[in-house]
Amino acid sequence: MSASVSYLLQVNNLSCVRDDRLLFEGLSFAISAGEVLLLEGKNGSGKTSLLRILCGFREPDVGDLSWCGDALSDSSYFADLAYVGHLEGVKKELTVYENLKVALALGQAGSYSIMEALTRVNLEDFADVLVGALSAGQKRRLSLARLLITKNILWILDEPFTSLDRQGIALIETLMSEHCAKGGMIVLTSHHDLTLQGVDVQRIMLS
Amino acid sequence: MSLANAFFAIIKRDLVLAMRRRSEIANPLLFFILVITLFPLGIGAQPHLLQSIAPGIIWVSALLAAMLSLDSLFRSDFDDGSLEQILLSAHPASLLVLAKVVAHWLVTGLPLLIVAPLLAIFLGMPTNSLGILLLTLLLGTPVLSLIGAIGVALTVGLRRGGMILSLLVLPLYVPVLIFASNAVEMAGAGLPIQAQLNILISFLFMAVFLAPWPTAAALKMSIN
Repeated sequence: MSASVSYLLQVNNLSCVRDDRLLFEGLSFAISAGEVLLLEGKNGSGKTSLLRILCGFREPDVGDLSWCGDALSDSSYFADLAYVGHLEGVKKELTVYENLKVALALGQAGSYSIMEALTRVNLEDFADVLVGALSAGQKRRLSLARLLITKNILWILDEPFTSLDRQGIALIETLMSEHCAKGGMIVLTSHHDLTLQGVDVQRIMLS
Repeated sequence: MSLANAFFAIIKRDLVLAMRRRSEIANPLLFFILVITLFPLGIGAQPHLLQSIAPGIIWVSALLAAMLSLDSLFRSDFDDGSLEQILLSAHPASLLVLAKVVAHWLVTGLPLLIVAPLLAIFLGMPTNSLGILLLTLLLGTPVLSLIGAIGVALTVGLRRGGMILSLLVLPLYVPVLIFASNAVEMAGAGLPIQAQLNILISFLFMAVFLAPWPTAAALKMSIN
């Protein structure tokens, strides 16, 4: 993450319609390096839909997105992006280590090695365990470890604190603060109250 | 970040996964063997009839076995979110999809090639056409996997896509079936088969180069 390039995600006048229901319209925001955007709102208010639009899985019905001033498809956006969604995206028949190895092959090597990342999320003793044998909270830690081993600027997290215990939540918050301190940016949805030290948190309420 | 690295990582991952849930390999293979062994029982003591329809039997069974195995191609990745991660990768999605199809063919198509000569002898096929049978299977079954991938990619998001999948894919399988079984039949009669083989080769090249794009596009639509 070089300081010479200033990363910026801009969203302009975004609207989303799902099954003939208007979820949100006229949504505009910008996030730059070191910032966190927290999306809040009731169930079904379009938080996940917005994240999926940011990931490029859905096309916005109205509006446009840009990364460092360029349209997403013309920029390095997808190489700079990491997404952890409701689904963990890990195979339960593979071991923890094998799963991360595939994730590493799909992305660009980041600042942590696989073992360092596992140590960081307290899964170092589970490297050779099949993911099917892990608890829900451990699986969540594993999918978050994926963020550490690949080099990404923008983290998109959908309810990252689900099924984590109190230490787990504190750990993820620390990792998020560190990521922002290194010039990263995060968009997340959460029902949990966020306590990040020294990080600028924008809040958007979807209703 | 290397594309070849990602391509082979996907193949390796899918092969390891197939080894850990063996039913995926066993199911199509068992189906193939069962269908072919049932034919002599159904037809009765008419070895000449059996011999003359053997290429057709083997190819129709291979085609149905390939179709039966299709659903496993993207299903588990779709269900556990791995597919999102693969499509989100900065590598071209069509090539990663091609890697998945290659792994799938190695697991479900290659075993058919290995048992096919045995079953052909069992049906009394002339030995001079065994080599051609293998060659047509080698050229034809990858085409079945590649075309099938488009169909699965379109239907993976549907709860019960099985019926639609067969309707979508079967018509596209028919040309492969016609040329491949015809080649084996002609070879048995000692006639030249260069034309059929050339057509199968061109099918294969077309499928390798053209099928991954619509597959990747359809997967993107399905995870929406």
